Amino acid sequence: MISASLRSWLLSDTPDSRFQARAGRFYLGWLTFAKNPLAMLGLIILVLLVVMAVFASWISPHDPLFGNLEDRLLPPSGKFWLGTDENGRDIFSRIVFGARTTLYIIGLVAVTAAPIGLLIGTTAGYVGGWVETGLMRLTDAFLAFPKLILALAFAAALGAGLENAVLAIALTAWPPYARIARAETLTVRGSDYLAAARMTGAGGWRILFGHIMPMCIPSLIVRVSLDMAGIILIAAGLGFLGLGVAPPQPEWGSMVSEGRSQILEQWWVCTYPGIAICIVSLGFNLIGDGLRDVLDPRGK
Amino acid sequence: MNMLLKAGVAGLALVMASGFAADAKTPKDTLVMAWVFDDIISLDPAEIYEFSSSEYMANTYDRLVVQNLDKPGELKMQAADSYSVSDDGKVFTFKIRPGIKFASGNEMTAEDAEFSLERYVLLDKSPAFIMNQFGLKKETVKDMVRVKDASTLEVELDAAYAPSFFLNCLSYTSAIIDKKEAMSHEKDGDLGYDWLRTNFAGSGPFVLKAWKPNESLVLEANEGYWGGAPKIKRVLAKNVTESATQQLLLQKGDVDMARNLTGDQLKAIAGDKSVHVAAAPKATLWYMGLNTKNEYLAKPEVRQAMKYLVDYDGLANTSFKAIGIKHQTFLPEGQLGADNETPFTLDVAKAKELLAKAGVPNGFNITMDTTNKTETRLLSASIQNTLSKAGINLIIKLADNKTTLTKYRASQHDIYIGQWGSDYQDPHSNAEGYLMAPLAKRNQWQLPENEAAVLAARDEKDSTKRAAMYMTLQKQALETSPYVIMFQQVETAAVQNSVKGFVLGPTFDLNLYSSVTKE
Amino acid sequence: MLIKSRRLRGLLRTLASVLTTLFGLLLVTFVISRLLPADPVLAIVGDHATEEYVARVREELGLNKPILIQFWIYLSHVIQGDLGQSIRTSRPIAQELMNVFPATLELATLGTIIGIILGIPLGVLAAVRKDTMIDHVVRFLGLVGYSVPIFWLGLMGLLVFYAKLDWLPGPGRLDFGYEDMITPVTGLMTVDTLIAGDMDLFKNALGHLILPASLLGYFSLAYISRMTRSLMLGQLSQEYILTARVKGVSEARIIWKHAMGNILVPLITVIALSYGNLLEGSVLTETVFAWRGLGLYITDSIFGQDMPAVMGGTVVVGAIFIIINMLTDVAYRLLDPRAK
Repeated sequence: MISASLRSWLLSDTPDSRFQARAGRFYLGWLTFAKNPLAMLGLIILVLLVVMAVFASWISPHDPLFGNLEDRLLPPSGKFWLGTDENGRDIFSRIVFGARTTLYIIGLVAVTAAPIGLLIGTTAGYVGGWVETGLMRLTDAFLAFPKLILALAFAAALGAGLENAVLAIALTAWPPYARIARAETLTVRGSDYLAAARMTGAGGWRILFGHIMPMCIPSLIVRVSLDMAGIILIAAGLGFLGLGVAPPQPEWGSMVSEGRSQILEQWWVCTYPGIAICIVSLGFNLIGDGLRDVLDPRGK
Repeated sequence: MNMLLKAGVAGLALVMASGFAADAKTPKDTLVMAWVFDDIISLDPAEIYEFSSSEYMANTYDRLVVQNLDKPGELKMQAADSYSVSDDGKVFTFKIRPGIKFASGNEMTAEDAEFSLERYVLLDKSPAFIMNQFGLKKETVKDMVRVKDASTLEVELDAAYAPSFFLNCLSYTSAIIDKKEAMSHEKDGDLGYDWLRTNFAGSGPFVLKAWKPNESLVLEANEGYWGGAPKIKRVLAKNVTESATQQLLLQKGDVDMARNLTGDQLKAIAGDKSVHVAAAPKATLWYMGLNTKNEYLAKPEVRQAMKYLVDYDGLANTSFKAIGIKHQTFLPEGQLGADNETPFTLDVAKAKELLAKAGVPNGFNITMDTTNKTETRLLSASIQNTLSKAGINLIIKLADNKTTLTKYRASQHDIYIGQWGSDYQDPHSNAEGYLMAPLAKRNQWQLPENEAAVLAARDEKDSTKRAAMYMTLQKQALETSPYVIMFQQVETAAVQNSVKGFVLGPTFDLNLYSSVTKE
Repeated sequence: MLIKSRRLRGLLRTLASVLTTLFGLLLVTFVISRLLPADPVLAIVGDHATEEYVARVREELGLNKPILIQFWIYLSHVIQGDLGQSIRTSRPIAQELMNVFPATLELATLGTIIGIILGIPLGVLAAVRKDTMIDHVVRFLGLVGYSVPIFWLGLMGLLVFYAKLDWLPGPGRLDFGYEDMITPVTGLMTVDTLIAGDMDLFKNALGHLILPASLLGYFSLAYISRMTRSLMLGQLSQEYILTARVKGVSEARIIWKHAMGNILVPLITVIALSYGNLLEGSVLTETVFAWRGLGLYITDSIFGQDMPAVMGGTVVVGAIFIIINMLTDVAYRLLDPRAK
């Protein structure tokens, strides 16, 4: 899979450049990760999810949005692999397209929450003083809420809809990122590296954006990826409570919710979307677990 | 620690084997029902306006007159023994039935009736407008509602109306409250309102035992009821919002009655031999309100096209089979002058033709405000589907009932989908609602000629002529109105066969428990 | 003496930070409640309201005052224990929350007990048998617990154990006709039925608890077993364990006495955190099981667009969260030998 020369370059004990060293460390981490079968399973699930989302139109055999009333609530069969729902829509196709919704939500939450946390955390850490106290108290206040309940309150106030759900989740997801970013900033605040940058005449914002923030990004990415499963579950919970995406877009949580009233006779309507949520969030958790093993030497 | 684990598992198994699923039998003398009554916000008759609270009022209070269930369209005396109308049609005289006792033991007199009718107006809560229609306003009501003697009540109106119109209205807003009892709890001149919204001062077949909002409602038989004591001793209603749970509870025998099953669930329990389904068409319609403020919906052809883009028959045969009747005019079946014709069917070609005529052959984008209620969800999904066939892209805005309604009331919608129930069993309720206000106002369709026609129909004293006038109004509305009326609601109750005599009336204030028996 | 005052200072600092966090919590809930797109007044007044009535309601709710004044009013009310009136029921929210809270307490407590009883032994087992099949199974079980949507698992549980197998009773805290037979003393159904001396009802109440509590217990187990495993692994690689082994101390004694003794304090923190998490898990669990607790109260209020009630519930859960965190913090300070 990987050529011998590249391998020896990566595993070299005496790297010639910083890039080689970093790449080497990354490769070592990957080797540890790949040795963990559960983590690899998680990765496979993630890849399948992405494939499903990208090729949804090719994979799904039926229209995910509109069905026929004559086909309502049919059990799984050769034509409808996982049965149909109360509107005569193919559940399998809706699950496939629901992968898009899921990826869209976690993607949007990641690109909204992480920058918010990064900005607040680095500003607090770099500026210090009462700005730091104020920002970190705010962060603590947000952290004091159970995430789901805060997201619920936000979503209830903002109204249903995909964007609002994302916003509600992002507003609850940023505080840990702010804490990490602040901690990272504190470790580099007094470093020679920043002093050097200041000597070259870089201003406060330049240093913040150009030098401190990039330093925080790797640990932030790790933390965000660890949070993915939780975000999926909260999104599904919002969907279940009717605060998710607008119909007819398929979303797994609201699919479970819609199938609730038929659970006794047509169990498949709410069973399969639930399994989809389980598998995907398990996938992310497995990846996260593998990552933790890579990063935390004590677990070895 | 293996030991510990084993002990835990063994303990759990033991506990399970001993059986928690107790023989779920409901008490013999109690009617237990699973119901959604989270719309009850108050138990004060002067504030009661919602479906579930109306049902509560009907079973715990006596009203002067009520609708006669045996002869639809006619009235029956209840707390009043008889009534007469003055020659000029403006003064109604009611004789109070002798021997009615309130739960407190007080005897009912004309003074209680006067107090109760005035309260509707003075407290100025939701149902007050029904009385206001007859000139019974805050400033005047004390003079216009009068006690003549201990058993005689006089009500004077500001003009002569069709007597049936006034009495139909009164059949909702004449629950008689025990004046002494209510006034003994009065605070700051509130006429006992603060106390009565969670308590009881009535004379009906049942008395209130306990009420926990959104949780439970317990009624007990009034053994001394003038019309004969109810056969069942207790009615216990529990608020169960999940329809699947209601179904389960019914099938497990945990409840005698499930009041809110979906059409699909009713189909599913059809095979169950121990259960039967009671059903009654209600004066409630499922409809879409099209806001004429919208640039597309302002065009009459577009509105007509919408009426051809609903799969009425498909829905009527599937998800709405047990819970709705196809209905397209604004008067529900059962009301005076109701026109039951259904000229519209799903006809995409016809709709496209109309859209082309309106200058939008390729359709457009439009939003619809809808709630997450099962029926609305099913309707919306189907409508979204059929509209898309004519190129109309329907964007569904999902919110809870109150948010959607609030937007609708402020006329901030494009399309609203929901239910409209008559306020009282008289055609004027819906004629006014759909053609004058509030629905016509919300959908920006208030026309002076409609108002004149509606008022003329209201005041027509000859019932046959009155009915004909409503027929004409309905035909016009089919052609021009911004309403896509789809179904008349059928209220259902899935009932254990051991329970008999539950009455589902045409409105919620006519759902009665007093003749229920249980084997 | 010096130590004591230092500890006191620490406690004071904790208290101060708790107070500011509580203030932040109230600020956040207040802001959320003003985000509402729909006019709350129009939602209350009904179909036939006059302009005058609308204005009156607006004034009664204090919605016509400047925003800062509104926040000040809100703040001073909350401090007095007044969380406002529910729009749906017109009752004081604080009192309604008091009524539903025991139900959640009962559920979360039993859930945590299940989580502790099963989670700690499983975590220890996984640590001791690291990298064996047992370890993988325990870790996988834990991860599944992290990944399953609780509302879905609840639905499946009801479908299987109640609807199909008929092993356990259904939703609610007692069988249907009997809920009003018990006068609430503590609000904990199992305790109240015992006080009433009715063994059948006690059994019934316990039966109703089993399924939802086991679900929450599973989530708690996932967290506790995982943390126990990780803490235990940290201890087992320590020198003193090796020394003890060399000395010939029995393996059981090493694990349960030596290692356990050392992880007990952090473990208490873990358990407290998991208890707080269960409050959150109870929102969806209670919705599925029609369990009249804090969680169901909040979701019901959301559906009823009863924002004051939603905010009241959120504030209470947030405050409980903060207080649990504070207590663990204090306990940690008091118990941890190193903190001395």
